[in-house]
Amino acid sequence: MALPSYTETRYRIWHYIYLSICTFVFIYLIAPLFVIFPLSFSGDEFLIFSDGMKRLDPDAFSTRWYKDMIWGTKNPWGLAAKNSLIVAFFATIGSVILGTLAALGLSSRHMPYKGIIMAILISPMIVPLIISGVAIFFFMAKVGLAATHTGIILAHIILGTPFVVITVTATLSGFDHSVTRAAASLGSTPYNTFMKITLPLITPGVISGALFAFVTSFDEVVVVLFLAGLDNTTIPIQMWIGLREQLSPTILAVATCLIVMSTLILVTAELLRRRSERLRGINR
Amino acid sequence: MNTETKQILTSDGIPLEKSLKKAERRNKIKAFLLVVPLLLFLAITYISPIGELLTRSVDDKMVTNMLPKTFKAMEKWDGQELPSEEVFASFLSDYKILVKAKTQGKLGQRLNKEKNGFNSILKKLIRKMKNFEEGNYKEQIISVHKRFEDVSYWRAIKRTAPPYTVAKYLKAVDMYTDENGEIVRVEEGRRIYIKLWLRTLQVALFVTLFTFLMGYPIAHLLATIPMKYSNLLMICVLLPFWTSLLVRTASWMILLQQQGVVNDFFVMIGLVDDDNRPEMMYNIVGTYVAMTQILLPFMVLPLYSVMKTVSPSLMRAGKSLGGTPFVSFWKIYFPLTTSGIGAGSLLVFILAVGYYITPALVGGASGTLISNSIAYHMKQTLDWSFASAMGLMLLVGVMAVYWIYNKLVGIDNIKLG
Repeated sequence: MALPSYTETRYRIWHYIYLSICTFVFIYLIAPLFVIFPLSFSGDEFLIFSDGMKRLDPDAFSTRWYKDMIWGTKNPWGLAAKNSLIVAFFATIGSVILGTLAALGLSSRHMPYKGIIMAILISPMIVPLIISGVAIFFFMAKVGLAATHTGIILAHIILGTPFVVITVTATLSGFDHSVTRAAASLGSTPYNTFMKITLPLITPGVISGALFAFVTSFDEVVVVLFLAGLDNTTIPIQMWIGLREQLSPTILAVATCLIVMSTLILVTAELLRRRSERLRGINR
Repeated sequence: MNTETKQILTSDGIPLEKSLKKAERRNKIKAFLLVVPLLLFLAITYISPIGELLTRSVDDKMVTNMLPKTFKAMEKWDGQELPSEEVFASFLSDYKILVKAKTQGKLGQRLNKEKNGFNSILKKLIRKMKNFEEGNYKEQIISVHKRFEDVSYWRAIKRTAPPYTVAKYLKAVDMYTDENGEIVRVEEGRRIYIKLWLRTLQVALFVTLFTFLMGYPIAHLLATIPMKYSNLLMICVLLPFWTSLLVRTASWMILLQQQGVVNDFFVMIGLVDDDNRPEMMYNIVGTYVAMTQILLPFMVLPLYSVMKTVSPSLMRAGKSLGGTPFVSFWKIYFPLTTSGIGAGSLLVFILAVGYYITPALVGGASGTLISNSIAYHMKQTLDWSFASAMGLMLLVGVMAVYWIYNKLVGIDNIKLG
């Protein structure tokens, strides 16, 4: 952002103040994530940068916390990871199916009461999680699904669908409906038209909705805190317990793995977004 | 010319207008059927359980169910003088059933809340009532303890008669119904919930303000610099957005601890003394610092998408017409971005007001919010109806903001990433 040569001094100064504010905010946003990484390789169990680490002494670093995470005695991470993946997988599938169908209906120009229905479908995203947690807990306890995987999966479908509805309706907003009419006029059945024409075109939106649903489920702790029993602890639950009781470097090893995972998801989501915009001919 | 020849008919002889309407209706039903599965699913598993919180929060059937005969007998009682023999007799017979089922403890606790000292005389009654003789129960019960002669104890029972109560809502705003049935505030030192509501509101407002003050400049930068730089910087916004909330909270716990990086830095630049490092976590400071960072992307993304639509030539036009950069910014750019400010602020406020995890981990005692209190009553005191009442009050507030959001921004304009 070079300034034109005729800029007055006071605006020049202001411009540099503005840039330093921006730099500060970017550091504030991103730096916390980078503290985790080096400390997860720490040699000792205090969560501070030891003198050895500051000198970059190789002896001060170790991978023992990663070993502890995977092979440690009576450590909960294996079970938690398994549960988290199972729950997130099925919750994503459920959210995608229900959310995509609803989004298709909502995007139709014949849809009655569009505004109010949309507001209801998005509400799980808006209602504070603690209230959702309390309400879902009462429901699951009543139907006997508390402390079961099924109960947690259903709860996460509730929380995941708004994201799918939003992303898929956004993709459909640029959808050219004449292509489906063309298919119909050429004798295609509605089912065929959906599978061969509509679905391929909205796939980027569906996948990015699925990513949101997956991350929501994988990261969700408030509702699971109410629902989970001993057999269905998830990674967030274990992290929550760890952070409340004792901050151990093993948690940082897990956190590093989660950051790596979110980076991969971010890259996928970004690539999909750009592809979708290209397909819809939007150039930002 | 009659009307029938004027009407256009389709090939099968039905008037076109009718046929079109039919097709329109069919399309409506088709579109609606697609939404039905999700709508039904949410209605059963989500919306109706939230509705049930309402009945749970006002439910007060316990005493009503425990003392059915007593309340029947009390219907005729005016509440002025001691109730009749009939009331005493029915109370004793109700109470005997409870003692037999060993559930009298709950009644004692509940009535003790209504009138102090009730529990102890009820316990005494258990011991004495075995030796009671047939008839004249009023006298015999009064002989157990003189408080049974005090009419206010019987009024306390009568007050619990309605199956519904707003007591939990009153409790949530530090009020209660006193012995005379009047609604009064609890004494000064024990008012905790009003303080908690105000703190929640204050934190949500300030976090919204902080995210705005920090988010506006960087959204502006992202929207005005060339694409190849902005894509790179956008990662700084999106990566925290996609990272687990617990991971981000954990990193703040490491940064803000007394031997943490932030304190190290303050010592290094000489801002604080090494032996006198300030406590930045487990208090309201921790809540502010962590929540602002965590919610910042929700402010930046809507701002960015609005700023992207503001043409740079407008600012140039302003300058060419003699406006200084400040004036052109304030008169042209800023007004054009207000819709983004509204969208971002409402979203951050809605999310902040119900925050639970981060305050619970870094907030300590002075930095916890209403959500933490709801969780506490759900898990520790097991006062579920109180938790439901507070939850619903919070929900009403959030729904009001959501409604404004929907009016101003439109719910289908939420931007994700």
